[in-house]
Amino acid sequence: MRGQLNHAKPAACSFRHIACAPQIHGMLSPAELEALMLSLRISAVAVLCALPIAIALAALLAHRRFPGKAIIDGALHLPMVLPPVVVGYLLLITLGTRAPAGAWLLQHLGIQFAFSWTGAALAAGIITFPFQFRAIRLSIEAIDSGIGDAARTLGAGTFDRFVNLTLPLALPGIIAGAITAFAACLGEFGAIITFVSNIPGETRTLPLAIYSALQSPGGEAEAARLSLLAIGLALIGVTLAEFADRRVRVFAGR
Amino acid sequence: MSISARIRHDFGSFRLDADFAIDKPGIAALFGPSGSGKTSIVNAIAGLLRPSQGSIVIGGETVLDTQTHIFVPPRLRRIGYVFQDARLFPHMSVENNLRFGWRRAPIRADESEFERIVSLLGLETLLARRPAKLSGGEKSRVALGRALLSSPRVLLLDEPLAALDAARKAEIFPYLERLRDEARLPMLYVSHSLDEVARLADNVIVLKEGRVVAQGPVFDMLADLDLSAHTGTPSFGAVIDTRVAAHHSADGLSVLAFDGGELIVPLLNRAIGERLRVRIRAEDVMLATEEPRTISANNILLCSVTAIRETGTAHADVQLLCGQARFVSRITQASARRLGLKPAMPVFAIAKSVIVDPQAQPVAD
Repeated sequence: MRGQLNHAKPAACSFRHIACAPQIHGMLSPAELEALMLSLRISAVAVLCALPIAIALAALLAHRRFPGKAIIDGALHLPMVLPPVVVGYLLLITLGTRAPAGAWLLQHLGIQFAFSWTGAALAAGIITFPFQFRAIRLSIEAIDSGIGDAARTLGAGTFDRFVNLTLPLALPGIIAGAITAFAACLGEFGAIITFVSNIPGETRTLPLAIYSALQSPGGEAEAARLSLLAIGLALIGVTLAEFADRRVRVFAGR
Repeated sequence: MSISARIRHDFGSFRLDADFAIDKPGIAALFGPSGSGKTSIVNAIAGLLRPSQGSIVIGGETVLDTQTHIFVPPRLRRIGYVFQDARLFPHMSVENNLRFGWRRAPIRADESEFERIVSLLGLETLLARRPAKLSGGEKSRVALGRALLSSPRVLLLDEPLAALDAARKAEIFPYLERLRDEARLPMLYVSHSLDEVARLADNVIVLKEGRVVAQGPVFDMLADLDLSAHTGTPSFGAVIDTRVAAHHSADGLSVLAFDGGELIVPLLNRAIGERLRVRIRAEDVMLATEEPRTISANNILLCSVTAIRETGTAHADVQLLCGQARFVSRITQASARRLGLKPAMPVFAIAKSVIVDPQAQPVAD
């Protein structure tokens, strides 16, 4: 019912149209474009908000040994292995409008996650957090600890070493982790649909739009178009990550 | 500036239990075989290792005392540490590496000092480069400069030449000698190479299995007959501190004066009055009880026997004193008996060969 109504071109030949239409506006209906832009916005916010937390936790856990480290480490990786629906469900029962935490946030700070795009960003950020955390931790662990010792003898304190050695030397991992997480956010489905539902223009991201298209009669062509778009975005993401990694490694002198 | 250290630490299979003091400027060598605890000692002085027991005082400041729970963190100790593997910051240019400690020093050396160190170490053309683009010898020089520019009270050098080949070592030696001769700060130089110790050190602390077994001025220590027993190596012979006294270019010879006499060596390219260390191996010294008058050797010195130690089944090392300089001669036990050698007896030492730094000799074409 949507898509075809606004779309000037018949759905049957849309594959060829993708091949011959150079502009996204020509290929996509306003609703599809909206889903794409929403996906990019939600992913960007999710990655940027999770990044500082991932860096901080990775730096804390990289070189330290303490009892219970394995448990914390496992908990931080949990979103990667849990079914996303479970994450969405947990968010719903804690931050839903009728859940205590959600109600409190809404009443006192005016923040509502449920049924809003910010909730989608929160869900996507949690699901893709391990991608960032893992990549950053590995790159921090790869830094020769002897370099930190050298900096200590030269008068550098903990924060000084973090800013001037750890961050720049871990930059390849930080960028690669952020780009991978961004690409994974674009594809997040289960947690978003469970927590914030499938609202056009608010929480209907690319995968949700594909799902919706498939659910409606005659939506196969739209689903195919959007899927091709998703494949294109993923390819761009992977290529960018590889390129950035190589450039930054040159910068970091490795 | 002085260092005194008393360090006890248990590493499980290995126990460090070292006491020593350095109260003179110049280079003190921490000498011993691998695994004798040399690096652990410098790490403790730098604060990178926290010993379970002990105290360390640097220039009157107690930086460690386990009884009163004093532990000054490494960044506040003002120690310049040159690591074996250089440990330059890979993402910074040579200049930023050099300025890293300089910027953080409590008393920052002025710009002219920066320029002086850069030119002392010959780093002018390297400043814009990244460490990845440096040779091994260049990395060592940058690491040395970086440590010097942090305004340290003491310089720790942990086998800074061990990773370098002979040619690169020869490239660094003159810089270290220049630093030593300027003697602005005491240096603790970790090494397991007697060649390096003989060339650079003023004092030697000998370590074995985590303990200090001997310490003293380099010229006495190298001629110490116990040293080879401690290190399990054949006697190194003697190192003599000399000054260039004269050149006889017609004969192709130079004369080196030392406290106790003169040594004649092939012509040198050094100026009169310049200091030069020479090495005389124990096996290159013969002994005679009467002055040999008809002999080809140039270097015949009147000495007195100070100690005799039998080594193995056939040989004996004889320690000699000539003026204030010590020599070692390796002869057979049979010869020692035949000559009736005993302590305080005067003998003539005939040095068959004197080893001089190859760089002090003109290149033969």
